[in-house]
Formats: sequence, structure tokens, C-alpha cells
Amino acid sequence: MTGVSGLTKRFGANTVLDKIDLEIKDGERVVIIGPSGTGKSTLLRAINFLDHPDAGTITVGDLSVDAARASRKDILALRRRTAFVFQNYALFANKTARENITEALVTVQKRSRAEAEARADEVLRETGLTEKANSYPAALSGGQQQRVGIGRAMALDADLMLFDEPTSALDPEWVGEVLDLMRRVAEQRQTMLIVTHEMQFAREIADRIVFMEGGRIVEQGPPSQIFDAPHDPRTRDFLRRVG
Amino acid sequence: MQPLDIDYMLGLVPVLLGYVPLTLGMALASMALALVLAALLAVERVIRVPVLDQAVMLFISFFRGTPLLVQLFLFYYGLPQLVSFLSQINGVTAAIMGLTLHFSAYMAESIRAAIIGVDRSQWEASMAVGMTRGQMLRRIVLPQASRVAAPTLVNYFIDMIKSTSLAFTLGVTELMGATQKEAAGSFLYFESFIVVAVIYWIIVEVLSYGQRLLEGRMEEAYSR
Repeated sequence: MTGVSGLTKRFGANTVLDKIDLEIKDGERVVIIGPSGTGKSTLLRAINFLDHPDAGTITVGDLSVDAARASRKDILALRRRTAFVFQNYALFANKTARENITEALVTVQKRSRAEAEARADEVLRETGLTEKANSYPAALSGGQQQRVGIGRAMALDADLMLFDEPTSALDPEWVGEVLDLMRRVAEQRQTMLIVTHEMQFAREIADRIVFMEGGRIVEQGPPSQIFDAPHDPRTRDFLRRVG
Repeated sequence: MQPLDIDYMLGLVPVLLGYVPLTLGMALASMALALVLAALLAVERVIRVPVLDQAVMLFISFFRGTPLLVQLFLFYYGLPQLVSFLSQINGVTAAIMGLTLHFSAYMAESIRAAIIGVDRSQWEASMAVGMTRGQMLRRIVLPQASRVAAPTLVNYFIDMIKSTSLAFTLGVTELMGATQKEAAGSFLYFESFIVVAVIYWIIVEVLSYGQRLLEGRMEEAYSR
């Protein structure tokens, strides 16, 4: 079981996450939608402490961390059970595509170099980037960079994969290939928590849609319910605007 | 005006070249030590450990704020007066110590600036994959910062090579000291010092050529 309870994050006087409760079953694919600035990205970033939450509990697999009392060790342990895909790819600029994937396997997971490289080559095949293995990020297109970003996250074999608007920074021509790759990850019943504005994609792959506004979860349910018969007027309003 | 004694100058070249290894050796040793120290100082300035941070700031302030020659005299002539085991200190050791501490203060500041210049996404990605702070710095941040800092660090190295000439004031017969002795024996001051000037100049030019090669290689990862 994975999830958060009472998760709260304030930036100064502004409460960005207001006692969020969210449970995710193993293998479940949850998509978070909602207007900009409502805390969707912050929720993802609070789960792995890229933004340090002020209160609440975060559970990933067999590990529960109380945000208010989290030690550096707790935070590391939590990060090592999650994988994160960034909006701006955030590939290691001094590493090739292949090294981006092997880096954490060797440095963090202490796997042997041979084992890490075998895993990287496998992931590069899955992401269709075998030919780009030795290219540096600067020489890759946005779509290729984000596929490496997803590959890097896949290779970690994390309990929970977090996707923070993975296609928002992409030129439209590269969005399709990144979504295709995410579909393939979803087919492997990987537990995923995704923030995206791609509504069609969300409807296709999500087991559950969570609609957030003003730092709270307003409504959640299966895609058919949220997209076709939303209960809350705020959800209806949002979907009308993006649809 | 009397003509230059070309034969004397040509004869002096091989004599002085014999002292180049000592000069370069002092510079290389000081540079290696200063790089390590500067990287540690810079990292501390970025992560700011309480108390240690004030000490580091004081260190940098002192070694940037006082002349190298004063520091060298302080180490060579001054310290043995306070600490008895240092009375064995030889000029070369004192010079390497002084150059290391002096230049590490400057280099720490340029490394610190380079670290701060590394994109935030690089820190975040390192954290997200579960790296410790040390792993993050060693594997991701410092390698990227070193590319930015490299040109200024080579500049400091050039300055350092030339500054080894101050070791002659500590009684070390390095390139400058040897020239001084030769000149005092022959009374051909202009000839002697122009020869040593050209030798320093050539060393620095060779190094600058190496710098261009190095920078080209370091850019490889970042060019399309």
C-alpha cells in the first residue's frame, strides 16, 4: 500500500497542500488533474521530499515517514523507493544516455557495473534509444531526453513512479512518443502517480482520476465517472475549460 | 649602449632549463593541493556548516587579503619562532605551503561560483534517485562545475607558476634564484633576466595551448 495522509505543505502564508489523503493500491495508475497552481506538482514533490512537507505521513511500500519528524535517513529511504520523471527531463548533463540510467544503479543501489549496464541496455531497447546510448543530453531531442528520463526512472524498479507533467515542456511533435512509452510502462502494472494535462491519455491509462483544486482533492473516481459524469461543479467547470 | 651578449644568453639557456623541473614541481604540487583544499572550502561555502562556515570565511578573507610574499615570510621565518618542529622547514616546503593556502582561497571562490551555477534540475535529479549529498556533489555537481571553473583555475595555475619565483626570497634556488646567481656572477643582468622571462613565457604559452585542448574536450558532452 502506498499513499499520503494529512499531507500539508505551506510556502509562507500560502497553504499549497491542505491535509491531502490519498491511497494508491499496488499496480494502480492514478492521474491527477486540475487547474495550474493547485498543488498537483507540489504533491508529487512532497512525496519524495523535493519539497519538504510540513505535516502528514507518506507511505511507500513497507516504509512510512512522518513528515514532521523525517530524518535525512528516512528521506533517502523514501527517495530510494520512488522514481521521479521531471517536466524539464533533468537528465544528468555530464552523463550519456546510458550513464544516466546506470548512474543510480551503481552509485545508489550498489549494483555491479556489468549488471547496471545490462539493465541500461534493456531499458534503452524498451525506450527505443539503443542508437542514442552514447549521446549526451545536449545532443538529444526533447522527446528523446524525456524517454531517457523515463528510462532512468524505470531502471530503478521503484515501488512508485511519479510523473510531473512529463509532456508539458515538449514540442508537440514529441508528445506522442513520450505518451506511447508511458503507456508501455502502465501496461507493466507499475504503480504510477501522474500529473498531466493530457486528458485523452489520462482517460486511456488511468485506473483512477483525482481532481485537485486549491490544495485539496475535490473529487476522484474512475475516468468514466470523472470525465463523463463529474459530481462537483468545480470539476465540471475545469473539464469544460480544458475540453 | 653596448650590444647584447648573445653567446652568454645562449649558454645560459641550458643552465636555467635545469631549474625548470623544480619550478614546475613546486607549481604542480601546490596546484594539486590547492585544488583539493579549494574544492573542500567551496563545498563548505555552499552547504554552510555552522561555525565551520565562519572559519572558512576568515581563512579565505586572510589569504586573499594579504600579500603572498608576506604569507611566505610568515611561514618560513615567522612560524618556526612559534612552533619548534617547523624550524626544520625548508624553503621549498614553505613555498608550497604558502602557494597552496594563498591560491586555494582564490580558487575556492571561483569553484563556489561554478557550483552555484549548476542548474537546479541537476541537484533535484540527483536527490530524486536517492543520492546522498556527497554522491550528488562527487558524481554530478562538481564534474559540471569543474567545466565552468576550468578556465579560471588554469589562470590561477599560470599565476602560480610565476609566483613560484618568490620562493627565491626564501633561499630556494629555483628558476628565478638561479638566474639571480648567474646575473650576479656575470654582471649581465639584462641578458640573464630577459632569458628567464622568455623561459617563463614559453612555459605559460605551452600551458595555454594545453588549456585550449582541455576546454575543447570538456565541451564535448555539452555540444550538439
